[in-house]
Amino acid sequence: MKIVIVGCGRVGASAAEVWDAAGHEVIILDLEVRAFERLPSSFGGTAIRGDGTDEDVLRRAGAEGADILLSLTEGDNRNIMAAQLAQEALRIERVVAKVNDPLRATAYAELGVPTLCRTGLMLDAVSAHLGLPPSGLVGMQAATSPHPPSGLARGAATEA
Amino acid sequence: MFVLVVGGGKVGYYLAKELIDSGHEVALMEKDPARARQIADEIGSIVIPHDGCEGKYLAEAGCNRADVVAAVTGDDEDNLVICQMAKHHFDVPRTIARVNNPKNEVLFRHLGVDEQVSPTRMILGSIEQDIPVHELLHLAALGEGELEIIEAHLQQGSPAIGRAPRDLDIPDGCSLFAVIRGGVATPLRPDTVMAEGDKIIAIGKQECEDLLHGQLIGDPEAASSP
Repeated sequence: MKIVIVGCGRVGASAAEVWDAAGHEVIILDLEVRAFERLPSSFGGTAIRGDGTDEDVLRRAGAEGADILLSLTEGDNRNIMAAQLAQEALRIERVVAKVNDPLRATAYAELGVPTLCRTGLMLDAVSAHLGLPPSGLVGMQAATSPHPPSGLARGAATEA
Repeated sequence: MFVLVVGGGKVGYYLAKELIDSGHEVALMEKDPARARQIADEIGSIVIPHDGCEGKYLAEAGCNRADVVAAVTGDDEDNLVICQMAKHHFDVPRTIARVNNPKNEVLFRHLGVDEQVSPTRMILGSIEQDIPVHELLHLAALGEGELEIIEAHLQQGSPAIGRAPRDLDIPDGCSLFAVIRGGVATPLRPDTVMAEGDKIIAIGKQECEDLLHGQLIGDPEAASSP
């Protein structure tokens, strides 16, 4: 599979390493070249310096036609925008945006963007470990409605 | 009208000020506490010193009763999320986003932002209107952004000079509807003969642009070489 990862932090770099080793085609982007130092020397995918919320940059990086896009930068909003850009402009069907604010994580899952919320993930894991009841916050939320959110946009997407 | 302005930079500050002067109810959200205090000192206690991207603070700012939310921070991704949260979470009837990368206008429209204002595009438009360009000039986008109103300034070398629209190969889904000659606009009929210096106003799909360019502008390099 062709997998695009926006943000080469610890999670992004680990995902890139694992999926590259498993034989997938991995493209990873980050604003800082230094972030790529996290990748192992064995990494055989593509590492590109650039802004994953910029459509031109994503296209130049070869993101078009990708099977999956994961947006894992430090900014919730950057992740939300990159994921929606991938869904809207690049027609990438499977996306995940890391959104650490639980409210926004749920709001965007309702708008058709699957979200990964560190706050919920950690609380769940810690609660389970300590034998405490679950927090009610969800870590990984699947989209609960089709994307794009508005009726208008759905029309435009089918026309194109 | 109650207007919630998010982003206390220059745009947000002057916007809030003008709105207050015109008698509207305004709340301004600015996440940098120092900047928020500075604005509050100047225009009063309408400033909420919190991040307008956080649902919790949008709620506290009264987003659910806002008539308009204007997201005018310097970051496109923040402006998008503010407008989407306002629209879909708080049912705000009208959302306006400042868009820095003009390419994001179409995306924002598709994602439900009601209005997009791109200073970059506006300045670009002004520059294009002042200097001679051998390009089509974009006047406005219509509907979903797929249709555009375009102006073509017929200069030496244009294959359209001396011909009428019916003699041209105008792409499907595209229509030439007016000509501006000597500052006067008149409807362009199929038999109107076009002349050098005419400005032709057309409406059409974005993908017709290359064909239209070939028909109305031609190849300026060829024309200017002796």
